[in-house]
Amino acid sequence: MTAYDAAVIGAGAVGSAIASALTRQGARVALIEARGDVGAGTSKANTAIWHTGFDAKPGSLEARLVARGHRLLEERAEEFGWPIQRVGALLVAWDEEQVARLDAIIEQSRANGYTRARAMSADEVYAAEPCLGPGALAGVGIPDEGLLDPWTITLALATDAVVNGATLLLDTPVSRIDRVADGYSIETPSGVVSCAWLVNAAGLGSDLVDRAAGHSGFTITPRRGQLIVYDKAARDLVRHVILPVPTATTKGVLVSPTVYGNVLLGPTAEDLEDRTDTRVTPEGLDFLLGHGRRIMPELLDFEVTATYAGLRAATEHSDYCYAVFERYVRVAGIRSTGISSCLALAEQVCGDLAEAGLVTTPISTPRTIRMPNLAEDRPRPYADADLIAGDPAYGDLVCLCERVSAGEIRDALASLVPPRDTDGLRRRTRALAGRCQGFHCGARVAAALAGRP
Amino acid sequence: MTDVLIIGGGPAGLSAAAAIAARGARVRVVDRDEAAGGVPRHSHHPGYGLREARVLDGPAYARRLVERAIRAGARIDVRATVTDLRPLVGGGAEADITAPGGRETVSARAVVLATGCRERPRSARLVAGSRPSGVLTTGWLQRLVHLDQGSPGTRAVVVGAEHVSYSAVVTLAEAGCRTVAMVTQDDNHVSFAAFDLVARARFRFPVLTRTRISDIHGGDRVTGVTIERSDGRRGHVECDTVVFTGDWYPESDLAVRARIDRDPRTHGPLVDTRARTGTPGVFAAGNLIHPASTADACRQDGKRLADGVASWLDGSAWPDAWASIDVHSPLLWSAPGHFVPGEAGPIRLQTARPVNSPRFQVEQDGRAIWHGRLPYIRPTRPFALPAAALAGARGPVRIRIA
Repeated sequence: MTAYDAAVIGAGAVGSAIASALTRQGARVALIEARGDVGAGTSKANTAIWHTGFDAKPGSLEARLVARGHRLLEERAEEFGWPIQRVGALLVAWDEEQVARLDAIIEQSRANGYTRARAMSADEVYAAEPCLGPGALAGVGIPDEGLLDPWTITLALATDAVVNGATLLLDTPVSRIDRVADGYSIETPSGVVSCAWLVNAAGLGSDLVDRAAGHSGFTITPRRGQLIVYDKAARDLVRHVILPVPTATTKGVLVSPTVYGNVLLGPTAEDLEDRTDTRVTPEGLDFLLGHGRRIMPELLDFEVTATYAGLRAATEHSDYCYAVFERYVRVAGIRSTGISSCLALAEQVCGDLAEAGLVTTPISTPRTIRMPNLAEDRPRPYADADLIAGDPAYGDLVCLCERVSAGEIRDALASLVPPRDTDGLRRRTRALAGRCQGFHCGARVAAALAGRP
Repeated sequence: MTDVLIIGGGPAGLSAAAAIAARGARVRVVDRDEAAGGVPRHSHHPGYGLREARVLDGPAYARRLVERAIRAGARIDVRATVTDLRPLVGGGAEADITAPGGRETVSARAVVLATGCRERPRSARLVAGSRPSGVLTTGWLQRLVHLDQGSPGTRAVVVGAEHVSYSAVVTLAEAGCRTVAMVTQDDNHVSFAAFDLVARARFRFPVLTRTRISDIHGGDRVTGVTIERSDGRRGHVECDTVVFTGDWYPESDLAVRARIDRDPRTHGPLVDTRARTGTPGVFAAGNLIHPASTADACRQDGKRLADGVASWLDGSAWPDAWASIDVHSPLLWSAPGHFVPGEAGPIRLQTARPVNSPRFQVEQDGRAIWHGRLPYIRPTRPFALPAAALAGARGPVRIRIA
């Protein structure tokens, strides 16, 4: 007996997007996640950049899917209510060697089908970004790069899958996968999941899932990225995503605003063995502060709101590890561009599965959901007089730094994919994500989570 | 129409409200907490009100301040958060306020910023490691224990050795959590010797000086910390709770939004001896400008600024030129940061290191114009020089320890 048409392993941005797309195609889908929440791996701790793919390797699958995904995220922003901000990127050269590489970067972007990158003189660079540190020699403007909200996108897609009939299985690590006559049998501590088609979107664990499914095409090497989040008071310093000239091994350290109104400095790029090591290290912080001091010295005068580290799922291959086997789709090695490309990857998987023989009837009128807004460039509940007049809970602020109301916390707890802990609540509402880190509201947020008034 | 909008209902804001309302102005206090009173509201230990020769605990002290403000005629709104502040042409400002009762914009001819300060959390101190639960500040701890009857853990490391750090130890003990160590990068604790002796005798914990936490360990919950001494030696302390105490930072978000000039030394608004900021009609007082002084010192600020607010409401001009007040090491900052010659007032100062029997000298154009001595000064405990120190000043001054 086949319970599901498709099982998607991994409920990050990529897995959630695939589950949403397959569900809307009419497939019976199980979305299987080892952790206790969706988007709790690579999708939760990254630079939150809305990539155009201008700097991808021409001809690669990543280049095509990031470019396509960039458009799709914008097209569906209104439907889901996720914020994206086209602030533009500014790639800055700090020495002659870097200046010499700018033409090649523009050529590469053209080869990727992106035609709006343009060379900028030092004067233009400083006019665009007045608080940049001294010593910038030239730059490249990429006007369509931007910012996105990784938590809301992932949560929206997982919720969309669930509201249209998918089954979300959290806290469900996969212990064994068996190929059976009409598909796969997936063993988990909470029972066996049977499916006709298996999609591996397991991120940091995708090579283990690949091997369990009887393949062996790649190995994941977690690449840690540590980041520093600066106080919202610093937001006015930065107008664009400020990128360095990439090297062969890393895209380098950037300074960027976030949709929430903070400023990010990071990431590091450290290859690790341990797939769970999201520690921040003194060396990592020193490295970032050193770069920050050069890129934007004034930034370092502001208070640090948070530090964190995420692990990108890197492999020995330079492109995504994407392959379709008989009844198995490998969607792995997505590294740091998965949120930008997730909708395009989902499209790809749906198309490939249909071609491989998955026959379904698309849901004619899928149910739609709209996510609460966490971004600062559009009104949030605390500033919405009509909303508060209709429900005083939206005027009852619990997290004071981030202006999160009791109403939003209540809504998150009552949602289809509710938070289970303070981290989950923070990703859904921004409660505890502010500068005081709980000095004012820690006790009240914990009480709300525990169901106390 | 509100004459005076006071943002923050702690000791500074409430005493300002009482003093200004007593002169007949329409005063409205907005506080974002569920009750007014500020930090003393959840500091359940005696030691408040010493200036009036009374010994009160924090909540009782807070209640008295609230009662006095209300009796004087001030209106107090709680659970009301000012989310933005915009100076008005001609002086004063308008504030966007969110409360359960609704969202409104209030204009006032005079605004008093009294938003206080917060402890710098782990992230602001850039402490490395994993991100388990069980890492908090004293403010969080005291609300957890006193306002929410919650429980911290069983074994705590307290970071910092100032007054508030000992307060954290007491709160932890009340909640059944043992303090296993107090760590400070300084050479010694900087609280009262009596606090240190009594607390250590009663709760039996070591104060590890010249030591910092270099790493926090744990998955879901803290399991321990790596401590590092100034000579590089390292050790491990098992604990399930880490409390970051003190290291106060002003809550200057609204001042930043309103583009009010700030003092880079304190990070709070730059004020003069009458609590005036650089923005006409906007005053600032309390621990927003001198973090963190005692509740009584904040209360004195509030009382003192009433004259200046009244005279502004009566039509006095706002100054447009000030003389600077610079400080010399080991002094870190002064509040006020500048003054109008002829307007003397007490000056609060902060020191980087302990000095016994310091002799202060106020200099103008390189010549001493005032001398004075204090018994001792300690880091993290701002202290005041009397108004006389500025009485003879006619231009920029520099304060040094001779």
